[in-house]
Amino acid sequence: MSLLSVNNVSKAFRSYSSEWKRFARWFGLPLKPREELWVLRHINFEIHAGEAIGIIGQNGAGKSTLLKMITGTLQPTEGEIKINGRIAAILELGMGFNPELTGRQNVFHAAGLMGFSREEIQQAMPDIEAFAEIGDYFDQPVRIYSSGMQMRVAFAVATAYRPEILIVDEALSVGDTYFQHKSFSRIREFQEKGTTLLIVSHDRSAIQSLCNRAILLEKGTVIKDGNPEEIFDFYSALIAEKENSTVEVTKLEDGKTQTSSGTGEAKIEEIVLYNSKGETAEVVGVGEKVELQFVIHVNEDIKSLVLGCGIKDRLGEMMFGTNTFNTRQIINQPKDGDIFIFKVSFFANLGVGSYSIHASLVEEQSHIEKNFQWLDRALVFSVVNFDKYEFVGSQWNEMNFTFEKK
Amino acid sequence: MFRSLWQYRHFVLSSIYNDLFAQFARSKLGGLWVIINPLSQVLIYALILSNILAAKLPGIDNKYAYAIYLMAGLLSWNLFSEIIGRCLNLFIEQANIMKKMSFPRITLPTIVVGSCMLNNLLLFISMLGIFALLGHQFTLVMFWLIPLTLIVVTLSLGIGLILGVMNVFVRDIGQAFSVILQVWFWFTPIVYPLTIIPESYRHLMQLNPMYSLVDAYHQILVYNQAPEIQSIAIISVIACVLALVGLFLFRRASAEMVDVL
Repeated sequence: MSLLSVNNVSKAFRSYSSEWKRFARWFGLPLKPREELWVLRHINFEIHAGEAIGIIGQNGAGKSTLLKMITGTLQPTEGEIKINGRIAAILELGMGFNPELTGRQNVFHAAGLMGFSREEIQQAMPDIEAFAEIGDYFDQPVRIYSSGMQMRVAFAVATAYRPEILIVDEALSVGDTYFQHKSFSRIREFQEKGTTLLIVSHDRSAIQSLCNRAILLEKGTVIKDGNPEEIFDFYSALIAEKENSTVEVTKLEDGKTQTSSGTGEAKIEEIVLYNSKGETAEVVGVGEKVELQFVIHVNEDIKSLVLGCGIKDRLGEMMFGTNTFNTRQIINQPKDGDIFIFKVSFFANLGVGSYSIHASLVEEQSHIEKNFQWLDRALVFSVVNFDKYEFVGSQWNEMNFTFEKK
Repeated sequence: MFRSLWQYRHFVLSSIYNDLFAQFARSKLGGLWVIINPLSQVLIYALILSNILAAKLPGIDNKYAYAIYLMAGLLSWNLFSEIIGRCLNLFIEQANIMKKMSFPRITLPTIVVGSCMLNNLLLFISMLGIFALLGHQFTLVMFWLIPLTLIVVTLSLGIGLILGVMNVFVRDIGQAFSVILQVWFWFTPIVYPLTIIPESYRHLMQLNPMYSLVDAYHQILVYNQAPEIQSIAIISVIACVLALVGLFLFRRASAEMVDVL
């Protein structure tokens, strides 16, 4: 049985030519609203216990509305949402705290709002107090708290009881770094115990490290549902997408997908990776000097051309990347028919594993202004350890140990 | 609805407590302010109007009769207007929490009713103290106030819910009704006795649902008499109907309210 099922859910905000018509509708009169603004249309998905799902999308895509409907504050206009279990939401933290009451009293109040009884709250109180770690302030009025302290208490209450579904909305950056780590590990702990996570964030690394599935919302519909890495590539391409450009997804041999998008004034026709001996390579050694070669065709006269290039690990995390804008090697006024060959050399100072090359052709500093081509997973290669000592991590950095006995 | 209310009883109780506490917080006189406000109102009216009106208060020979009369009327009116006033803006004020948290919405008006009744009780107790000082004794008739309070609550909750829900969509209602409430106050015999109204207009007072309630308070507190059962029965029916309409509207509107808040 699924923990949460969203069946053909749509949400419309209605406006009436007169509010009296709205009132009349409650009494059963069949009046038509003047305007219906559909913010979500035919959303379908199911979530099973133990999954961790990231919901991503641009501002206004309908993420918050969807979350509010799952939390239960908004009612869907059509369709239904079935939930088996308790939902807790870490949305606006610290909302509804009364500044005149002490932290402890506010905790009582907030946990009451979540529907817990006095005994349950009293039981959890020591944990909440310990987790918030604000010492004697806990029995002081909230008005003298710093905002970080309020956040701590609020997070501690919101996560005092393990829910079946935990909704986290952009709130992973709670307080200082120390508390961020602490809240992150609490979320992970819940996840290990079987709580399903539903996270809304634009933070790629947060979603990729926590989630095993992602749902991409665009203009009120689910346009993609699947592996987070793949969805994020598609999402980045979508942001880069401008008028008359296309997003293209190709399945690669290893089952992963390649996302390409852009307006196409300039295109990467070929990418080759050479190892230190000058041979084309799919496998390179740790620390080996390698060279990437890009062949670029210009198809229209454009103002300027910038090549961006980066290396991503298998989770899609960027290891290193830059572009020719940053290195001050912008090509000005390239003409239709020009062909450029770029050579990029670097040391493969990477940990053992599989990596991919990400490449982009843009006009200016970033792909937001004008994006000719955006290519994820343009090339995949592996790094193996031939001649270095064994190490862990995603990058190679020679550590020299010296010691002496005293 | 009632089951979820029971499940959230702890939240309701702690909210009522917080409401009360928030009024006292950081003020030296604290809880006294709950009582000082209406009593100073009584004092003002008593000082200004007693000379004009006291003579016309029939059937009672206590020289503080007018003050007692005022207090009795204000006791019921304060409860009535406080509940309506708070219900009017209840959903607008709680918009943030309603948008972000999922909890039974019915707890919100329940909290209002609870904390208004608590304030009213405090006011009543202090009035009893003053009555004693003025030589007006506590009598068993005063137990009539329990059902009467419930009727006032039902009536004001009904009106408050209807207007509060509508106020979310048409904000003029809140503004308009605070004016209407003031006019209504003067059209109810609270600071003046019914007898100063010309005989030919007096029957119009029957259209005012608060009249029979305020009158019943007067009967009990001023004249030590049981109120007139018939008019009380009529007003209870009206109150129940309004409360049911209010609840119906509230339930129908709950889903849509959050959309526009």
